[in-house]
Amino acid sequence: MAYELNGATIEHDEEGYLTDLSQWNEELAVILAKDEKIEMNDEHWEVVNFLRNYYDEYQIAPAIRVLVKALKKTMGKEKGSNKYLYTLFPYGPAKQACKIAGLPKPTGCI
Amino acid sequence: MSDEMQEGPQGEVKKFMYVNRKAPYGTIYALEALEVVLIGAAFDQDVSLAFIDDGVFQLTDGQKTDDIGIKNFSPAFRALGDYDVTKLYVEKESLEERGLTRDDLMDLTWEDEDNDWEEKPSIRVVSREEMKSVLSDQDVILSF
Repeated sequence: MAYELNGATIEHDEEGYLTDLSQWNEELAVILAKDEKIEMNDEHWEVVNFLRNYYDEYQIAPAIRVLVKALKKTMGKEKGSNKYLYTLFPYGPAKQACKIAGLPKPTGCI
Repeated sequence: MSDEMQEGPQGEVKKFMYVNRKAPYGTIYALEALEVVLIGAAFDQDVSLAFIDDGVFQLTDGQKTDDIGIKNFSPAFRALGDYDVTKLYVEKESLEERGLTRDDLMDLTWEDEDNDWEEKPSIRVVSREEMKSVLSDQDVILSF
């Protein structure tokens, strides 16, 4: 299974997560988001970029609880809440945002 | 995970200890243990980790795995604090037998949300005797 972008083939697993993280780019993120019925805006990008930085540092995609806690710390109480994240990513922030960010499915995602 | 493992009959918090005895690479034990810890952390239990024998190598600083073609997963230990896993017991004798000291290990910390995010150390180097009593104090021990 694969996404097509500018003639390139980008492999993904059965759930749509990228097989090779290094193939991610912002253009692809927009396509991944569309599959999730999400129009990317600045607030979506903020979370997606946050996740990419988190993965870069820790080599894991955070569980939702951890994501909320980390966002609360860096971006304040309003954005560090389940409610805010579900507004942006209605079908599960950790799963959807991680997929759009090109990361594997979060460890500890149940 | 069954309901029984999530909480006891009265829903009380149980003490879970994950014991790591193997080197980080060469077998899948270390990585699998870490994944189980991260998943188990969602159940709001009292989680701690023990590093004994070659398990102490899992926490060494500056791991570089490029030449063996395996992902260096050691940065994930730095995320444990975010998962409220803040007790990593390392056996002193196991370090010494391998020519290691506390200074060879990663500087792992957790941030105390209730105390203005103060950084506190996660690694506790304990003697074999102390490790015995830590282990006997647990409700559940999972060995890797």
